[in-house]
Amino acid sequence: MVRLLTTLIALCLFSSAAHAGFDETINELTAPIATAIGNIVFFKIPVFGAQLPLVVLWLVIGAVFFTFYMGFVNIGGFKHALQLVRGDYADPDSPGEVSHFQALATAVSGTVGIGNIGGVAVAVTIGGPGATFWLIVAGFLGMSTKFVECTLGVKYRQENPDGSVSGGPMYYMRKGFEERGMGGFGKFMGTFYAIGIFIGALGIGNMFQSNQAYVQLNTVAGGGLDGLGWLVGLILAAVVFAVIIGGIKSIARVTEKIVPFMAIFYCLFAIIVILMNYAAIPAAIGNIFAGAFTGEGVQGGAIGALIIGFQRAVFSNEAGIGSASIAHSAVRTPEPVTEGYVSLLEPFIDTIVICTITALVIGTSQVADPNFAGEATGVAMTSAAFERQISWFPLPLAFGALLFAFSTMISWSYYGLKGWTYLFGEGHTGQTIYKLIFCAFVALGCMVQLGPILDISDALVFLICVPNILGLYVLAPVVRAEMLSYKARLESGEIQRYSH
Amino acid sequence: MSNAVLVAVDGSDGGTRALRYASERAKLNGAKLIVAYVIEWSPYSFNTPEENAERHMRREQEIERAEASVVEPAAAFLKAEDIEHETVVTHGPPAETLLKLAEKHAVQQILVGRRGQSAIKNLLFGSVAGNLIQTSPVPVVVVP
Repeated sequence: MVRLLTTLIALCLFSSAAHAGFDETINELTAPIATAIGNIVFFKIPVFGAQLPLVVLWLVIGAVFFTFYMGFVNIGGFKHALQLVRGDYADPDSPGEVSHFQALATAVSGTVGIGNIGGVAVAVTIGGPGATFWLIVAGFLGMSTKFVECTLGVKYRQENPDGSVSGGPMYYMRKGFEERGMGGFGKFMGTFYAIGIFIGALGIGNMFQSNQAYVQLNTVAGGGLDGLGWLVGLILAAVVFAVIIGGIKSIARVTEKIVPFMAIFYCLFAIIVILMNYAAIPAAIGNIFAGAFTGEGVQGGAIGALIIGFQRAVFSNEAGIGSASIAHSAVRTPEPVTEGYVSLLEPFIDTIVICTITALVIGTSQVADPNFAGEATGVAMTSAAFERQISWFPLPLAFGALLFAFSTMISWSYYGLKGWTYLFGEGHTGQTIYKLIFCAFVALGCMVQLGPILDISDALVFLICVPNILGLYVLAPVVRAEMLSYKARLESGEIQRYSH
Repeated sequence: MSNAVLVAVDGSDGGTRALRYASERAKLNGAKLIVAYVIEWSPYSFNTPEENAERHMRREQEIERAEASVVEPAAAFLKAEDIEHETVVTHGPPAETLLKLAEKHAVQQILVGRRGQSAIKNLLFGSVAGNLIQTSPVPVVVVP
């Protein structure tokens, strides 16, 4: 353990010592690769003057298809999802296993992050108020995609000899495709996905988070942390190290407990701010609807607003990326489809509730004072909207952002780990190596300029949507059959409700 | 109502005292003892993904440990004393789970050991005995 720690510190010190030329070298090396990958993944086609990235279209078509194919499960399954989370159908004879609530809470902590605070501001800045409308629509459709991927995650997961479980798109593609006589293709897709999620975990699930946390802290400190990125990075890396390698569960446990309360606290204060701007509420809501269909002042008009809204929604709720199915596959249930139902609450909480509230905070502030944020965008813009009404709020907001970033890092460290163990096996040494790499990247995230590195990881995360959604299409009939059989047994009373 | 008594054990001294007290009483009135070990667990806690993935394995380990270190020795002791008994190891919120067991086995009484925790700890986390006394439909004996 001590040796691991010293290795990590040495690694970080080395990178900070070489800091001066480090940024530039990395940028020079990676920029051309990033541009090339980015150009392919985010290949855009012009639609009515707006630029539509094909991958966004791919995700939207998938979400619309699954919504229809599953018979609007995002509406019809909502009530049952709540009953499952409440434990109404939990088997009283096997307490102590992961509950539906726990799986949902874990997956939600992984998705609720900087995107919910900053991403929405970006959407509104570029796509106008109308982007909010499409963001909500995308969240609604994303519920169906999540339903499909999380059902498959549980159905095709792997039980390891030590009793732990591994699941996710790489497993459902390999096993599911094999069942359908496409074993070779499934194996290829699984490996491709595993590599993508591993690299994505180091980027958007890691460096992006630690970087944004540092930027936020520095903003609140009034620039007092300028040039101290290496120190913040080291501290963050040390805490992540303590949790994922040191096995210091208490830190993770405290974070996982605080994050839901932070989310509630955030929503509560957001509602207060919206109410304080009460005179602007009708106009703000009017702008959202008007902007959605006219797209006034937005490049590409309504279509431009739609694209931005959809893109941000995916960034935020991860529907179609497949990451959540890794987290959900831990639930032990004889009915995989129950986990699908539970998971559809995730885009609802993440996008339809939290993102919409943030959008209204910004929207009402904009109506009241169009220039409230000055040049600020992203998290800083949201922060300014809060500050207009509650002067001290940026400080807890920065703290919240730090915690959101931290919990997202812990979740993504696991997603990346599952990609790694899929590729290299469940061996203990291998896992430790991965975790060390992960910690080093946490520190790096605060030290280097993110530009090209983030572009690569961003592109890869979107790239894994391609095999994942393809896999979802191929396996959707399996999910539909499970869902119909489950519903029939639920109605006939064969599946019992234990609690009243 | 059957002539059964529920005894909560958890490997602590209090649990052992409760068991001894129960065995003495049972010898006098011929009651059957239900020895229960409730492993504290809540379906509403917040876990990391790794904890969730390992949960099934940990659960088995927890049950095994409870059986081997506490419940089996307790059963052996009762057998030696020639007292009719049954054992249960389960997960759940302690007071609530004990009440459910009491109902299931239609016991006349619940016996728990006194934990002797500080007032502050009681205030923050509550106490199993305290909760039981407030909610139990049958008499609760707290063995000091």
